[in-house]
Amino acid sequence: MNEIIFECKNLSKSYGLKPALKNINFNLKRGKIVGLLGPNGSGKTTLIKIANELLTPTSGEILIDGKNPGVDTKKIVSYLPDCISLPDWMNIRELITFYKGFYENFKEDKAYEMTKNLGIDVEAKLKTLSKGNKEKVQLILTMSRKADLYLLDEPMGGVDPATRDYILNTIIANYNENSTVVISTHLIADVEKVLDEVIFINNGEVVLQKTVDDIRSNNGMSVDALFREVFKC
Amino acid sequence: MKWNFDNERAIYSQIVEQIKLFIISGYYEKGSKLPSVRDLAEEAKVNPNTMQKALAELERQGLIYSNRTTGNFITDDENLIKNVKKEFADDKIREFISYMKNLGYDKQDTVKLLENYETGGNENE
Repeated sequence: MNEIIFECKNLSKSYGLKPALKNINFNLKRGKIVGLLGPNGSGKTTLIKIANELLTPTSGEILIDGKNPGVDTKKIVSYLPDCISLPDWMNIRELITFYKGFYENFKEDKAYEMTKNLGIDVEAKLKTLSKGNKEKVQLILTMSRKADLYLLDEPMGGVDPATRDYILNTIIANYNENSTVVISTHLIADVEKVLDEVIFINNGEVVLQKTVDDIRSNNGMSVDALFREVFKC
Repeated sequence: MKWNFDNERAIYSQIVEQIKLFIISGYYEKGSKLPSVRDLAEEAKVNPNTMQKALAELERQGLIYSNRTTGNFITDDENLIKNVKKEFADDKIREFISYMKNLGYDKQDTVKLLENYETGGNENE
């Protein structure tokens, strides 16, 4: 088991001639909750998709527990995509069984507990749920795995503030020293107290990697305020 | 009592301050057991590592002590708690005096106002 759970080495990705990621280098240790923060179109989703082998890098690489994304890393990475990617004709009970069949580290009890806490009817078909409730289901399935690395792409974009609190509590309650949670978001004020460190990404480049308390002590402002300053339009 | 955080200062130092306040106000009784790091983090909605760092600082200052098998406990050293209480009171008074100075009251005026406030406010009009 490597102490570094996630590493980008000279990672670049272009869509045709358009660069999306430009020579990205950073690493993340185990036992951290990290914010991947950047404006729309900065490259957050591209980075996370490469980590899940949904895209391949143009050059450079991502290492997860020392390995390139593939079958082995998918066992230890729990991924929340930025759009609903589940078979929507299944009901929630069927989806839970579906996930249980896919992933050894899936905790069924936890999934049922979370559906109950979030008021999701397990007999309802996914396609009959509202957009926000579909997102909750996807999040429940993602967080019910006992993974080494959670990659959450905009976990809170479409849900109400009470659910955001629940999600953050779930992340805190789930915390253990072996696993790292990466939260990609632009809802910074909501998450910053929960984060160890943040990575600011802009135009495909990492512009800052710092702990939240360093930002607050050195800059005398919240991460949210710093973000507004760095990315002022 | 509730956890409150401002947006300017490091979160860990704000946690240290709040737990001190919980101790000196008696909300956390002296000698009692603290909730686990995870429960405290959940309650305050902060990162567990940050909570751990704050508890380590409180331990360094002697306000809590940890027992490897049974968890963290509040000190039962009454003098230490009294000293921290005095520090908090001094800080508030300093803040208050300087605020009153900005309003144009010197220390003597301020003390007079305070006394009147305590005895009902307007009997010395």
